[in-house]
Amino acid sequence: MPKILNIVETAYRATIEEQDDTVLWLSHMLKNAGADISILLRANAVNYAVKGQDASGLAFGETKMTHPPEIEKDVEKMIGKGVPVYLVEEDARERGISDMDFISGIKQVRREELPAIIDQHEQVWHW
Amino acid sequence: MASGKTLTIGIMDAPYESASSTTALRIINAALEKGHNVNVFAYEGAVNLTMKAQQPHANPVKGTSVEQEQHPTTKDWIAALFKVANGKGVKLDWVNCGLCVDERGAGDWIEGPRRGGPKDFLDASLASDATLVIPTK
Repeated sequence: MPKILNIVETAYRATIEEQDDTVLWLSHMLKNAGADISILLRANAVNYAVKGQDASGLAFGETKMTHPPEIEKDVEKMIGKGVPVYLVEEDARERGISDMDFISGIKQVRREELPAIIDQHEQVWHW
Repeated sequence: MASGKTLTIGIMDAPYESASSTTALRIINAALEKGHNVNVFAYEGAVNLTMKAQQPHANPVKGTSVEQEQHPTTKDWIAALFKVANGKGVKLDWVNCGLCVDERGAGDWIEGPRRGGPKDFLDASLASDATLVIPTK
């Protein structure tokens, strides 16, 4: 099975409406379908690995959102299924995010390591 | 003449929102014209590209009628791509993500596309010579 690297850059795009990140969701579905898939979080998407996110509370009149997105839990579930989840260390630091903020299992990599990681994959999809 | 090669392309943008849709259709057209098979996975807003109810409109700023304006619709462009594929003897397999269709009520589309899901995208990608994704930014 060829190795696929999904690079996720755009963050929080319609995550309330979708109850998830659409590319992480797609990646999870592809993993369930047998894909050998890895994730690289870069730019604003590094925040997907931050603990304690809470998107609950949205209500319009009597209509309440009862199942808000839980992005970091979605990432944790993928890690639990054996999906390597990389994160660009410099992108996190530039946004004031420290190691203590991340869920466990995240593989932080430096920008200079990216070519080698990309080279380990037959297909690279940059979202 | 068919090349025997296949391109898979994943697209996400809804029609009339960004240049990405036109770019994707140009790439698809170029590939078909060169005799390549093309698989398309229309994800999220891109499922609206093939909706049958799209209609051209007049342009009140320019003062043109519907006929004069010849306003393009993506469903007509994509219908034309299916004709290109047919004329070239190659395959255009256009898959609209079924769940994306359902949440948008976008199930009434032109002849040609079919309903599918992420596994279709994976299978198409693994069987292709190249895969390109053009996401919504």
